[in-house]
Amino acid sequence: MTDPRSGAGRPGGWALLARNRMAAGGLVVVGAVAAVALAAPLLPLPDPDATRLGERLMPLFSPGHPLGTDPLGRDLLSRIVWGTRVSLAVGAVASLFAAVAGSAVGVVAGYQRRWLDSLLMRGIDVLMAFPYLLLALAIVAALGPGLVNAMLAISVVNIPFFARTVRGATLGVAGRPFVDAARLAGMGHARILWGEVLPNVLPVIVITLTTTLGWMILETAGLSFLGLGAQPPQADLGSMLGEGRGLIVTAPHVATVPGLVILLLVIGINLLGDGIRDVLDPRLRAGVPERPGMATAVGPKVGAEPTAESGGAVLAVTGLSTRFRLGGRTARAVEDVSFTVGRGECLGIVGESGCGKSVTALSLLRLVPTPPGEVDAGRVAFGGRNLLAVAPAELTRLRGGRIAYVFQDPDTSLHPMIPVGWQIAEAVRVHQGVGWRAATARAVALLGQVGIPDPASRARAHPHELSGGMRQRVAIAMALANDPELLVADEPTTALDVTVQAQVLGLLDRLRRERGMAVMLITHDFGVVREVCERVVVMYAGRVVETGPVRDVVGMPRHPYTRRLIACAPRVGEADRPLTEIPGLPPAPDTLPPGCAFADRCELAVAACRAPVPLETPTAARTVRCIRWREVGP
Amino acid sequence: MYGYAFRRLLLAVPVLLGVSVVVFLLMAVIPGDPAHAILGPYATPENVARLQAELGLDRPLPERYLVWLDNLAHGDLGRSYSLNRPVLDEVTERLGPTLLLAGTALLLCTLMGLAAGVVAAVRQYGWQDRVLTLLVLVGISTPSFWLGLVLTLVFSVQLQWLPASGMHAPYGASGALDVLRHLLLPAVTLAVVAAGVIARLTRAGMLEVLRQDFVRTARAKGVREARVVFRHAFRAALVNLVPVIGIQTGFVIGGAVYIETVFQWPGIGRMLVEAISARDVLLVQGGVLVMAGVYVLINLAADVVQHALDPRIGT
Repeated sequence: MTDPRSGAGRPGGWALLARNRMAAGGLVVVGAVAAVALAAPLLPLPDPDATRLGERLMPLFSPGHPLGTDPLGRDLLSRIVWGTRVSLAVGAVASLFAAVAGSAVGVVAGYQRRWLDSLLMRGIDVLMAFPYLLLALAIVAALGPGLVNAMLAISVVNIPFFARTVRGATLGVAGRPFVDAARLAGMGHARILWGEVLPNVLPVIVITLTTTLGWMILETAGLSFLGLGAQPPQADLGSMLGEGRGLIVTAPHVATVPGLVILLLVIGINLLGDGIRDVLDPRLRAGVPERPGMATAVGPKVGAEPTAESGGAVLAVTGLSTRFRLGGRTARAVEDVSFTVGRGECLGIVGESGCGKSVTALSLLRLVPTPPGEVDAGRVAFGGRNLLAVAPAELTRLRGGRIAYVFQDPDTSLHPMIPVGWQIAEAVRVHQGVGWRAATARAVALLGQVGIPDPASRARAHPHELSGGMRQRVAIAMALANDPELLVADEPTTALDVTVQAQVLGLLDRLRRERGMAVMLITHDFGVVREVCERVVVMYAGRVVETGPVRDVVGMPRHPYTRRLIACAPRVGEADRPLTEIPGLPPAPDTLPPGCAFADRCELAVAACRAPVPLETPTAARTVRCIRWREVGP
Repeated sequence: MYGYAFRRLLLAVPVLLGVSVVVFLLMAVIPGDPAHAILGPYATPENVARLQAELGLDRPLPERYLVWLDNLAHGDLGRSYSLNRPVLDEVTERLGPTLLLAGTALLLCTLMGLAAGVVAAVRQYGWQDRVLTLLVLVGISTPSFWLGLVLTLVFSVQLQWLPASGMHAPYGASGALDVLRHLLLPAVTLAVVAAGVIARLTRAGMLEVLRQDFVRTARAKGVREARVVFRHAFRAALVNLVPVIGIQTGFVIGGAVYIETVFQWPGIGRMLVEAISARDVLLVQGGVLVMAGVYVLINLAADVVQHALDPRIGT
């Protein structure tokens, strides 16, 4: 548990609460207010109801009356302390009542799940159909004004919040095996509800309680303010505010100070409530979603120097390293990766999931989400510049312009609420500055080029109205919108049916040849590489382990991992060949060994593999990162 | 879409009936029935019995409910004791000012809440986010009736920029501009308090959407960041915020009760408070019923709007 890198090493509840300074502040405020209110009879305060007609409406900081006096000469400090006592008590009782009644409804409804559930929940629906406070007013109207009735009214209107959330939680618990086991063991419903269900939904009840408590104190104070709650001589903070309302011009402190106390108290309760919710809610504990920035953060080791021409290659990546910072851990997703893509060439990047191939692709145009991602080192030479160092405006111009992406899952990578033609037209417009009409015409033409029948009407369709294959064609059309020199396709066929996969691959291959466009194809499938790629880069655990022309690599792999990967891929005409899987799993990216990362799964591994392995060059066109490459055969 | 709106309307009917039952029952259990209230403490038992029969109070509850519902369907909400006029007339007269106040406040709090939420999400953990989070916390913890008093003190009493109460100037200026001047303080007070919830949920919704693949696609095709946030992410987040705004209407309508009382705004909220003090049961009943109906319809509209905004939900 003390190892900060172990997954179970999350801080405990109390530590989390204490670390949350806001919640701690809330606790201090609420604790202080509650302590003063509880100690009211012991404090040296004047009688809150004693009228002194000679000392009427004294201002703040008067001798003997630090907060002044009201129109009857009563000491305001004393009245506020005693009024806070009433307000706190009323709020607490109202919350407890709402929690008990609402939770009872929720637990019973969620546990029974049949007619009783529908009946109770329809009743709750009706209560929720009222504007919150108006139902409370109607209840007070029926019962008559008074503090107890106001409290009751506020409780009743809060019952639905408890009933709904607790029912939801109960539904989750009631289907679990231990409840069935208890039932089979002959336990009665009441005992199951009390002993098995209630303890499991208790956190939800506490969360709802802490988030509604502030509201209930505000609303009971509000009813008193309206003259419908506490009746004289009884006073809570709300009724003091109401009585002082008429004096707002002559003696503003009579009304404003009690209001300030309510504000302070409720802020404290809400801060504390947020803290408690953070501790108890497992979803929040896992962390609030981080907002990925516009571009991946770049570390100081990335140089801004312009790059020399890279020998006819469209793209030259040198020493690229990308890492993810998660909590206190650093996962090295991509480590010292170098490769080039020739003009009009199709380069395959292949490896198991998690080997860093997608992160490599996204790093080129700094599309890795930050936080937690960061490009640590390297150079991406394209058009005489280092893409890792260009200004944001330039990056935006390059994205979708000279370099375009097609992503893995067309279900999630297209905007679900915008017609596909509009989405393609937008890609045209942001780069070419043409009008909507021209951009839309271009979008329709592109849809035709990627083989979508009746493109003019399909352009108006939303993504969900198209099949998976059609959606990926749309994504390809979008990428082609500005005739890119390089198309980066990240597992473009993985999410598709097998027959559709072949069509989409064929389409990509045809478009590449027609347009002389370079393609970087990321895949886990050596079969795909063999079909459409000219050269291949094999990645394992964030590093390049082998590169070379596809024909050579497939014919004579030089890295044991490449050989296993090829054996995994089905081949046309070899239906009988057994497909072998690679035993074991890749190492976790935050615990990469200094030596060969594949050694643990490799049958050729020797002691020397544990030391750093250099990239060797078996032939001019090939590289391999294995000290025993000569012994690896087909 | 029209099909959905129609089905949604049909679903609202049982809810409205349920609302009417609750309101009817609440008023029927009132201790000390209306006959006693009308005739006063010195009425003879015979007179009370006769009036009860006249008012139909001696009939069984279900029968009384049906008669009441029938009257309701004919626009008859009964007669207010304290004002001595039909409840419907009073309620319709008061409905306009309340809708004006609540509508303006809703518009303001929606704009403020959405803007604050988007900025906080885009600048997550930045100083803008911290400041906005603090403001939201203070906003949702503020008693609106107190804020109203403080704003009156500052802007009406001290600075004398805006009128402290009412809807129209008693003499002199009149017309839309005058109403606007009177509307500003109450509407802002109501909106500030209600904006917090919308801001919180907008921030959470935007953070959720900004992580999604289609946002990355928009960035990958070279869309400027401002456009990514507003055209792509906000468009997707808004769909789930529309029902939140609908629910928030309920809090605005409820909060209007305080605000109308503080600013002497001639709306339904103030009418209700006065009616409760006067024990004018039928007036309370009519006011609550009409506002609950408005609220149900607004939530219905919010659902239909959400439906129209999201093409994924079939019609």
